[in-house]
Amino acid sequence: MEIFQQILFGIILVTAVYFFSKRMALIKKLILLGKAEDLHDQPMKRWKNVALLALGQKKMFKNPTVALLHLLVYAGFIIINIEMIEIVMDGLFGTHRFLLGMLPYYYSFLINSFEILAALVIFACVIFLVRRNLIHVKRLWSNELTGWPSKDANIILLVEIVLMMLFLKMNAADSLLQLKGIEPYANHSTGVFYISSLLHPLMDRFSIETLLLTERICWWMHILGVLAFLNYLSWSKHLHIILAFPNAYFSRLEPNGKIKNMPAVQNEVLYAFQPESAPAASSDPSPSSFGAKDVNDLSWKNLLDAFSCTECGRCTAACPANQTGKMLSPRRIMMATRDRAEEIGSKINQQIEWRSDNRSLLYDYISEEEIRACTTCNACVEACPVSINPLDIIVELRRYLIMEKSSSPQEWTSMFGNIENNFAPWKFSPDQRINWTKEST
Amino acid sequence: MKVPIWSEEVSKGNQPEILFWVGCAGSFDARAQSITKAFITILNKVGISYAILGTEEMCTGDPARRAGNEFQFQMMAYQNIQLLNGYQVKKIVTACPHCFNTLKNEYPELGGHFEVIHHSTMLQQMIDEGKIVLNENGAFKGKKITFHDSCYLGRSNQIYDAPRSVIEALDASLVEMKRCKSNGLCCGAGGAQMFKEEEKGNNRINLERTSDVLETGASVVASACPFCNTMLTDGIKLNEKQEEIKVLDIAELIAQSI
Repeated sequence: MEIFQQILFGIILVTAVYFFSKRMALIKKLILLGKAEDLHDQPMKRWKNVALLALGQKKMFKNPTVALLHLLVYAGFIIINIEMIEIVMDGLFGTHRFLLGMLPYYYSFLINSFEILAALVIFACVIFLVRRNLIHVKRLWSNELTGWPSKDANIILLVEIVLMMLFLKMNAADSLLQLKGIEPYANHSTGVFYISSLLHPLMDRFSIETLLLTERICWWMHILGVLAFLNYLSWSKHLHIILAFPNAYFSRLEPNGKIKNMPAVQNEVLYAFQPESAPAASSDPSPSSFGAKDVNDLSWKNLLDAFSCTECGRCTAACPANQTGKMLSPRRIMMATRDRAEEIGSKINQQIEWRSDNRSLLYDYISEEEIRACTTCNACVEACPVSINPLDIIVELRRYLIMEKSSSPQEWTSMFGNIENNFAPWKFSPDQRINWTKEST
Repeated sequence: MKVPIWSEEVSKGNQPEILFWVGCAGSFDARAQSITKAFITILNKVGISYAILGTEEMCTGDPARRAGNEFQFQMMAYQNIQLLNGYQVKKIVTACPHCFNTLKNEYPELGGHFEVIHHSTMLQQMIDEGKIVLNENGAFKGKKITFHDSCYLGRSNQIYDAPRSVIEALDASLVEMKRCKSNGLCCGAGGAQMFKEEEKGNNRINLERTSDVLETGASVVASACPFCNTMLTDGIKLNEKQEEIKVLDIAELIAQSI
């Protein structure tokens, strides 16, 4: 019986890790559909960003209350996962409380810390559910979250609560069995569990068999839940708990105001002004198209951004266009980019040729009107706690519209004409540029 | 007014130390021209060696690039960089955060390497060094002034303190809007929006920002960008508050206090 459980555990563990790895490999493949961009310079600055932005959650602390609650869930998640070492060991080798033998003096402290964190995680998740579903905090309650995104958010919070409760209930049953002198619990004395022992009054009337069953069921449900959640998060917005780290590392180090250069256009202009500097024909093929129409025209970092987004909506709440009722929502730009990448992913999985699917990020997912509303103010970039840059995508889509489709609002067409003919966005001749000097002060 | 032109200075055998990049707004827009004149007044008074490019100056390409027209941006950048390098310009000051950002951050990788400084920083330096001496009982002493952060100065280039210390040097009382510094709300002009109608919505961005301004109860809203100035001036007018609150550039505040 014991060995059967161990084998079953091993099979489930390997299966869960296999499917998770397979999914992550697909995500990596989808991210690398993006164009190459070298973001490996200045490693010290990049590690500093990982420490401050991802690990330290610096930007979250613009709102300290929410930041603190988020920190509880995050710390709980990371620290309680140390317990996973024990669970995996016990599962594979049929031991009971493996770490107790390894760390006899610290074990009680360790598990009690986990229990306190577990209680705090439950507390924070309940508040998050209330903010989302009862208080209807504006950024968590907008049209773009209707359907799957808001369901996804609630599933994540509920699963976290259930997992923590299973962990506490398992400990409660264990310590009751210890008190009743039942083996193997009695000879694995853990000391008092301060949080889970509060559940004892609820379980006092349980028979020994029920307690044994409760402890085992909670143990199994907890680990099955964790492994299922591991796979679930790779399909959900919760992926940010993993990708926030690489995303902080690869975040741009240049001033936010600098827009990415297009060396191909730079050279083309240079050769127009200085034909003698042009290389011999055909040695320098110009890119097939300018700007971005689909996700594979974006940089791989734009796609990493999209998969790192947890749809918190701080960007959209800060966006001047969105606040004044325009269609643009930077969060929706990121969600649309991920959705299109996921669509391609499912076509790759079904071995359907996606490049000829007649669908694209621009038009099918993001409209002209949305990207036309952007003031390039960088509020969305500034607001994002995990260093996502929606503006970069907006500019690339605008480049496609102007340079490939010659599609621009009438007023911009006039502006381009003025800049070309008068070297100023307005219709004034260059001679008039110094008219003001002829006036008195 | 007396404004030295770079090409004329060169023909006289002078090499000015600083180029004042006026920008298209500062050159052509009637309201922004007074900002330019105010800054010239200060430069002349302090006695700094400077010149403007005059009719040789061209749009930096900022609105074209942000609208998506990279070809046009590169054309403008190429021509400007050729001219600036030809004149061996070392240091540039400008009162426009958009020109500032493009000259400072986007021209270097295209071959234009200059020390670029925004006029708010230069004003702060000149005050700190005692080159600008403000009147004891200036027009703004004790006045409630709020400062509107330009996106291209603030979030884009992390310049938040320089314009504020200029205001504080006037002995004015600086009041902040609820959304300020890195959380500042855009005026609505950036990203080439200045040159087109806003997309469909339920409010105009400059009106949204004007309500932040009015909430402070300040009698002056200071800006450090000609486009923000235009947007806020329109917003204040639409609220019919132009008698109670003035929109002034920090250069105008200083020019009126020396």
